[in-house]
Amino acid sequence: MFPYLNVLIILPVVASLVLAILPKSLNPKVFRNLGRGLALVVFAISVAMAAQFKVGFGGFQMVSVHSWIPTFGISWSLGVDGISLVLVLLTSLLFLVALFGAAENKDEKAYVAWMLLLEAACIGSFLALDLFGFFLLFELTLIPTYFLIGNWGFKNRGKAAVKFFVYTFLGSAFMLVGILSLVFIHQATTGHLTFELAQLTKTTLSSATAKWLFLAFTAAFAVKAPVFPFHTWSPDAYGEAPTSTVMILAGVMAKLGTYGMIRFDFQLFPAAAKSLAPILMTLAVIGIVYGAIVASGEKDLKRLIAYSSLSHMGFIVLGLFALSTQGLSGAVLQMVNHGLYTAGMFLLVGLIYERHKSTDTNVLSGIQAKAPIFAGVFTLVMMASIGVPGLNGFVGEFLILLGTFVTHRWWAVVAATGVIFSAIYLLWAYQKVFHRKDEADRPFAEIKKSEFLAIAPILILIVFIGVYPRPFLDRIDPSVHTLMRQMSVTYTTPATSGSAIGSGVSK
Amino acid sequence: MVSFVALIPLFPIVGFFVLLPLGKKLGYPKAGWLGTTAIFLSFVASVITWVGLLARTGTHRVFVDHLFTWMNVGSLKLGIDLYLDPLSMTMVLFVTGVATIIHAYSIGYMKGDPRFHQFFVYLNLFVFSMIVLVLAGNIPLAFVGWEGVGACSYFLISFWYEKPSAATAGKKAFIVNRIGDFGFLLGSFLLFYWVGTLNYANLFGGHLILSKGSATAIALLFFLGAAGKSAQLPLFTWLVDAMEGPTPVSALIHAATMVTAGVYLMARLAPILHLAPTASMVIAIVGVLTAFIAAMAATSQDDIKKVLAYSTVSQLGYMFLAVGSGAYVAAIFLMVTHAFYKALLFLGSGSVIHSMHDEQDIKKMGRLRRYMPITSVTFIIGWLSIAGFPPFSGFWSKGDVLTSAFQKSPFLWLIGALTAILTAYYMGREVMLVFFGDARWSAISGSGHQGGHGAGEHEGDMHVSAPHESPRIMTLPLIILAVLAVLGGLLNLPFASSTRFLENWLTPVFGTALVANSLSGTAQVVLGAMDAVFAVIGISLAWSLWRTNWDQPNLEPALLKRAWGIDLAYDAVFARPSTALALKMDTVVDRKIVDGVVVLVATAIAKLSGVLRKIQTGYVRSYALGIAFGAVILLGYAVIKAGG
Repeated sequence: MFPYLNVLIILPVVASLVLAILPKSLNPKVFRNLGRGLALVVFAISVAMAAQFKVGFGGFQMVSVHSWIPTFGISWSLGVDGISLVLVLLTSLLFLVALFGAAENKDEKAYVAWMLLLEAACIGSFLALDLFGFFLLFELTLIPTYFLIGNWGFKNRGKAAVKFFVYTFLGSAFMLVGILSLVFIHQATTGHLTFELAQLTKTTLSSATAKWLFLAFTAAFAVKAPVFPFHTWSPDAYGEAPTSTVMILAGVMAKLGTYGMIRFDFQLFPAAAKSLAPILMTLAVIGIVYGAIVASGEKDLKRLIAYSSLSHMGFIVLGLFALSTQGLSGAVLQMVNHGLYTAGMFLLVGLIYERHKSTDTNVLSGIQAKAPIFAGVFTLVMMASIGVPGLNGFVGEFLILLGTFVTHRWWAVVAATGVIFSAIYLLWAYQKVFHRKDEADRPFAEIKKSEFLAIAPILILIVFIGVYPRPFLDRIDPSVHTLMRQMSVTYTTPATSGSAIGSGVSK
Repeated sequence: MVSFVALIPLFPIVGFFVLLPLGKKLGYPKAGWLGTTAIFLSFVASVITWVGLLARTGTHRVFVDHLFTWMNVGSLKLGIDLYLDPLSMTMVLFVTGVATIIHAYSIGYMKGDPRFHQFFVYLNLFVFSMIVLVLAGNIPLAFVGWEGVGACSYFLISFWYEKPSAATAGKKAFIVNRIGDFGFLLGSFLLFYWVGTLNYANLFGGHLILSKGSATAIALLFFLGAAGKSAQLPLFTWLVDAMEGPTPVSALIHAATMVTAGVYLMARLAPILHLAPTASMVIAIVGVLTAFIAAMAATSQDDIKKVLAYSTVSQLGYMFLAVGSGAYVAAIFLMVTHAFYKALLFLGSGSVIHSMHDEQDIKKMGRLRRYMPITSVTFIIGWLSIAGFPPFSGFWSKGDVLTSAFQKSPFLWLIGALTAILTAYYMGREVMLVFFGDARWSAISGSGHQGGHGAGEHEGDMHVSAPHESPRIMTLPLIILAVLAVLGGLLNLPFASSTRFLENWLTPVFGTALVANSLSGTAQVVLGAMDAVFAVIGISLAWSLWRTNWDQPNLEPALLKRAWGIDLAYDAVFARPSTALALKMDTVVDRKIVDGVVVLVATAIAKLSGVLRKIQTGYVRSYALGIAFGAVILLGYAVIKAGG
């Protein structure tokens, strides 16, 4: 079979290296088109991989294991399950949209090279089944992001880039310690040195050790997602990053955090995850409410979306740690949904910036009268973000809240207030930017055909997933069941235990 | 023929998707006709479906059309299913019927608006959402329609968004509805938790395992949602602001259809309410109090549409009074007749506003019956209907509500009766001030050009000086609705069981949840006669007080003018402090405190950490770079090793 997984990682890396050695004097268009062409190829390959993916099968597929550094028990080990499948698809799509819709036109060569390297690192992180490989790729995402923010960002980019780097790196330092400790404990108990996830899940750990290791891993993921209170790098980084980078930062890289929780926290330390779940859920709920309140007071659109992201990522973390079928499946689907609408929102805000050189809601005004189609597109994406049913955001949010309610009722009750908040801050901003009359009567160009085509895939998916999420859920659900079986979680409600109406929730 | 049911939502959504890209090109009046045709076809499909349903009997009158799977996760199984039964059929018939009339009217009313086509885009999407809400086969799908109508309501209230008040009103409507949605969602979760399904087809029957306590909690949570959507205490203020929208919107969305969704939802959940007598009592009390408080506010308003808005809140309160009294048929009966006469009154007020060049202040009107014969006659019919004057439709439907309220508690009946007098009075006041008395429109404005063209509704006919009757496309809908408002009572005349068509049709839906009428025949006749007396009292009060005298501040206390100050109180208690809090959170709490504490804690942990102490140099940055350097060496080693 075609080595989809390896190609998905190696192709953009190689392309990035080739770009690096091409002469800088070439027409910038060459670099840009190369980047777009490659993103298109990578997307096509990921779709082909999805077509090959066997539905209804919860384990890893297309597994590829090669010995890499045998001295240290390190292998190059990749595999895809329903959870990573949808995230790889999201990644390759968002890179495609970013490069078509928001490519930078300064120093294209370096820009495209960094973007492609970042794409490889993101996809690789979702596919790696070896802790060393995962850590390497997970960390590798930092370097291109650092340079993308630092070189192509807005006014305070330097400070934001450093803050981003330091925060996430500090989180990763804990994970590195965690990984090494786990590997050495495994070696001490089994006499076998390995970084492979499948082996390490069998490590016997004392309850206390498992909790410490869980916290070490979670530190890295919580910063990345971000989870309250580890989010303070994100408004600065999201606010200062260039459009294409922030689309990836919020759309894809935030999911590395929540994905890490599923793949590593849950699989390596199921007992610790279960016993510490209330803490994580509490932080998630605080993030939901807190992010929404801060967003309500925020005047800058990009920072507003950053706080809205904090709030929405809180829903995802909540759904994960609720440890119910609906919560987990909903959270995974919501990773895709959030990626789509947040990236779409940042793309549109980027287009506003191009036209008005501002993202300040006090400065912007009157866009709907001047560009009704642009306003319509923005409204659709905004409604998805608010969680209006019929659009994708609702499906995830509903499943998460329902799944949380059946296992942790009161957390769901508080989280559901987020439903009210998201309408408040988004409609507020919308009224100022789009409805309010522009006294200065500045021109605002209607959305261009190329811009519309770039965002069209996001618009289509927002509606499609809202109405027919089944193709996604059918792939996610079996993997969630497998995971829950591994963690041996079952939950019952009066409805599923008492009467004959429902069957057991987790088979 | 029941399988035609899927066509009912299909036509409006096709209309939407055709108008969205092509509407602008079609322009006036083609875009309007296309939108109207889509809804009319939907109405035809409803009638055909209805005929099919009539041909069936008993339990066969429930038909579930499974279109496709929506979400199947664990034990949660949701489909895109349409649930057809006499209740949803009734709703669909009057929704598509009234919507067709209002669409046609809008072609005349919105003429000359630069966004004419856009109006019909939203209107078609609205009708689609409303149909989804009504025909949904499970609660989350109903929520799709529920929120869809809310979103369309937002778009349409802020249709003239250049006016800040319109944009703000739209936003407010959406947010207040979201507060209700919080209840709707939690109600669904609790229902799923206990019963294990959200599909109507399995829910009823399965719901019997609910304890009294959980049934009460579920009912009250859904009622919170209903109170938001149907503008009940304490969430009703948005509906008055919603009058910023074009008048056909007020007629369709904020009177006839969307705002009744809450009543429909509670009727749908009747079997659960049946298990929760406390919740039913709460609903009845909230309903009757809302009816009274809103009717009081309506007595002192000067805006022609705001009187109608408070009136709608009040009438919705009556519907909840009926729901809470277990008289679901009465609630639906009132809902249908109210749709006729309130849509009539709103469209009539639109005709007045249109002819007065966007003037909405009834104090600046008067004597319009001389200038607008069709509008005034139909409007007066609407008034007599809502006032409960026999034999107009409102007499029969409101009578049923009050009778069932009496059976529940004479106290509820008493407040309802007072409200009935108020209703006849405040509508009478409006009729007197608008159509009778002196023509104050020339006296007040002092020139030939009355009123202001503030709203941007049909600019360009500034030269017309005297009020004029509206064009046929607007008066014809008034006439049709007036006929319906007169004859609506025929749906459910109380004389014999054979004349109670609506009751016979709907009873199988509600079954045992329906509270049987146990009053004696005499008692019913007496109550009915009293209803007629209330109507006469209110009507004569209005006639004698307001026919010739328009300036009576003593009859319009400031407290009622400001609608009991509820909105101001909300503003002071919730809106302003929370805005201030949000600003503080952003500028101070997050940037200074949270960020500061996290940095502090992180540094402290790093300092304490034994593993990292050796490379601790005092600067977070160089410390991080040290790790980065280490990682690069590791990576290099790995690559060399892999290569060799």
